[in-house]
Amino acid sequence: MQTVKINDITPNDLPWTIEWSEDKCKMCGSCTAACTFGAIEAGVEGRGVTFSEGVAPNPQAAAKRAVPVIRQVADIKHRCTGCGMCEKVCPNRAIRPVRNEDNRWNFVNRSAGMPKRGGRSNLGVEDRTLDKIVVGRISQMTDPSLDALRHTFDMRAPFGRILPPEQLPLSVGPDGTLQMDKPLPTVNWIYPLVFSDMSIGALSTRCWEAISMATAYLNEECGIPIRMCSGEGGMPVSLLKSELLKYMILQIASGHFGWNRIIKAMPDMVADPAGIIIKIGQGAKPGDGGLLMAQKVAKHIQAIRGVPKSDLLSPPNHQGLYSIEESVQKMFLSLNAAFKFRVPVAIKTSATASSVSIYNNLLRDPYNIVGGYLIDGIQGGTGAANEISLDHTGHPVVSKVRDCYNAAVAQGRQGQIPLWAAGGIGLTGNAAADAFKVICLGANGVFVSKILLQLMGCVGNDRGRCNACNTGLCPAGLTTQEKKLVKRLDIDKAAQNIVDYVLAFDSEMKKMMAPIGNSSLPVGRSDALVSTDEAVANKLGIQYAC
Amino acid sequence: MCRIGAIKSKDFVHPSTALCLMQSQQKGHDNSGFAMVMQDLGGVFADYKDKPLMSYACTDAGVKIVEDFMREKGFSLAFHWSPKKNDATGLDIELMQHYHFENWDYPKLMANAPQAEKEELLTGIRLELRRVLEDAGDKIGFVYSFWPDVLTLKEIGNPKDIGTYFDLWNKNDKLMAKIITVQCRQNTNYDIVRYAAHPFFNQGYTVLANGENTFYVKNKECQKNLHRSYIGFESDSQCFLYTLHYVHRQLKWPLTYFKHVITPLPFDQIETRDDAQVLLSIRQSLPHLEINGPNTIIGVLPDGTMINTCDSKKLRPVVIGREGDTVALSSEVCGLNDIMPNRDASKDIYTNERETVIINNDLEVLRCKQ
Ligand code: SF4
Ligand code: SF4
Repeated sequence: MQTVKINDITPNDLPWTIEWSEDKCKMCGSCTAACTFGAIEAGVEGRGVTFSEGVAPNPQAAAKRAVPVIRQVADIKHRCTGCGMCEKVCPNRAIRPVRNEDNRWNFVNRSAGMPKRGGRSNLGVEDRTLDKIVVGRISQMTDPSLDALRHTFDMRAPFGRILPPEQLPLSVGPDGTLQMDKPLPTVNWIYPLVFSDMSIGALSTRCWEAISMATAYLNEECGIPIRMCSGEGGMPVSLLKSELLKYMILQIASGHFGWNRIIKAMPDMVADPAGIIIKIGQGAKPGDGGLLMAQKVAKHIQAIRGVPKSDLLSPPNHQGLYSIEESVQKMFLSLNAAFKFRVPVAIKTSATASSVSIYNNLLRDPYNIVGGYLIDGIQGGTGAANEISLDHTGHPVVSKVRDCYNAAVAQGRQGQIPLWAAGGIGLTGNAAADAFKVICLGANGVFVSKILLQLMGCVGNDRGRCNACNTGLCPAGLTTQEKKLVKRLDIDKAAQNIVDYVLAFDSEMKKMMAPIGNSSLPVGRSDALVSTDEAVANKLGIQYAC
Repeated sequence: MCRIGAIKSKDFVHPSTALCLMQSQQKGHDNSGFAMVMQDLGGVFADYKDKPLMSYACTDAGVKIVEDFMREKGFSLAFHWSPKKNDATGLDIELMQHYHFENWDYPKLMANAPQAEKEELLTGIRLELRRVLEDAGDKIGFVYSFWPDVLTLKEIGNPKDIGTYFDLWNKNDKLMAKIITVQCRQNTNYDIVRYAAHPFFNQGYTVLANGENTFYVKNKECQKNLHRSYIGFESDSQCFLYTLHYVHRQLKWPLTYFKHVITPLPFDQIETRDDAQVLLSIRQSLPHLEINGPNTIIGVLPDGTMINTCDSKKLRPVVIGREGDTVALSSEVCGLNDIMPNRDASKDIYTNERETVIINNDLEVLRCKQ
């Protein structure tokens, strides 16, 4: 009897198994060529074959024959991610990945050391707070609702430090009108949806380009003042020196990657960027720095970031800055000074139990230089993150945004440091509804990122499908620098999908603003919401309805 | 739906005129309440113009609380007047035991204090007294205003019957004023309480509104930190008073900027203007005082200037007419027809969504485009 090698991995131990039909397969090889992970291979199996010759049936057992097959590679490194590329390319529908509910993945995968994985959180996506909230105050008889199609709406949100009215440098001039005596901190009024920080190293260049194309198109052709955040690592010098820089928010993260190039390009900039975001933390791997695996650090990334090919790790904190006050002041002052106080500077942290303390500190802001606070919740994030972080670390964003807003209300300072929310906005594909609700709870606007990947063709999902963004093998050509794979991405189609989605987002937002009678963004209109969950209603301070 | 009206005149006007202004609009209100603020008083109050006048409604116990409180604070009663009451049966009115209108002398130490100090004192007294009355028990007493030359009356019930009870239909020379603002129907969005009826009054500012404030929660959350007198919020319309007071008295911005605060121009319009910087700064600093709902707002400033403005969608009606030395504002034109039958109706003004109409003390009517 053969020895059972008990510790061997079989496809049944893996999260996805391959269902292959010998009958339909014509052995064209498309699937194995398409699988970027090497999860399937052509092989040979021995089969007993029965055949019949002659006029009357005369079955005979033949000698064993070697039969070519497509089979799953049963090892951890080359595990099937369920991306479905094989199915997409198969002309005969002979192959497809099947979710394996009986897998032993949590036990076997750690044997290869700490797995890195990009993508999304895999736990708790069914039970979303935002889905337990509905817009319950509908304008009816006495406060008529608006016409979503014909009315004009003011879809703009502030990015920048807003002074309280008594600090405005206004005085009454000789003609009885108000005059402004000195300039205010810069505030950019932008669309309440920002394309969040995914770096040009994390994404394929073409993918990043598609998002920037969509950004420019939405601004210039559709009149939607949407902004895109560069992510850490800088951007092409040609863009830094172009007029289009005004649509970009530059990010500075703890690794400061790309900043030497940005600083060098400053004298040649013809436009100011739309803002700067200092990233302290992110929702996908809170408390962790950035991570770009060596396999994604292609030549052009090395050039943009000014680094050799190696894993690029940003430290978990901004070195040398050890308190909110100190770090905020140092960074904000230097960054504000760099652009002569013309460019608003905001800060981004992961949502955390102490987000409110951070916001309270920001609200004090004696220098009037804090241009915004972006909270990134647990469901946020693309790129490389440890599975453990994605699944088990972080804080939901909704209640934190609410807590921060309420803290500002208690001090009479709402709106002075614009609040932006990210992390799971659009997780179910309904970004407008999510944004609307978060705005009613006190945010000024939202950042989205993962949904952009999905719009461009990402095949991953929040139930563990694909999520291989860190590997450099993205089957959709989005999060890889592999030339062959990048070509899979149709850049124009990707940009167009984003544009189309934002146009839909825009009309959906209006469709929600109209029935509550708002022609401007419903910031803080918590009275417009009700929750069908009593605990959610209590926590958020909105009406409970059933 | 509330119906509102206002009369501003060079001559003294009797409240019966205000009642007439409202009576023809009775199909448009639900007969659940009546409120009125009279300013620049004549009649029995003519000789006490500089002494703060307290308007309150109380039970027996409440009266004692008020009197003890005022004496303890060093005020002494200078003049007391209660309207003649007509206790006919069948009147639809939720009566309090007492309705008092009293002029008080300032405490000796304050007699020569600067005006600003006196104003703060009066505000503080009213706020404290209101709290004391509330602490003493439910519905023991309501103090509406405490300010020189201002009388406030608010009651729950049918306006017509309230008029009958207080003898307001009977034109005499006791109760007269050059400015009267008036509203019929309680605001029923929230609890029906006496405080909820507009006009609202605070430190010389009066505001009343026809409509709904869909930004009530936002407004309130912002206002409650702006000034100690911004309390109550029994009605969503109260927010308009506080915003007017805040913009004009606290920030000292010219009156026309009230409109820029409550219904700011859209960004694309702001950008085209010479004063874009100023307008933008206002819009971004005070988004929580915006209103978005359907409203018509009538306001009176401490110097007697009257204003009217509307929400930016102009969803609520209002009309302004003039006859001789009187200008009147009304939710419906039938109100004006009743009290000004001979006016030139072609000169009536229908305030538009971007306008502030200002009526000064010479009764000049200015239309300011936002
Ligand atoms: S589903 Fe994706 S990973 Fe799995 S075999 Fe097919 S192509 Fe390869
Ligand atoms: S398709 Fe690409 S971007 Fe999407 S989850 Fe897979 S690897 Fe990540």
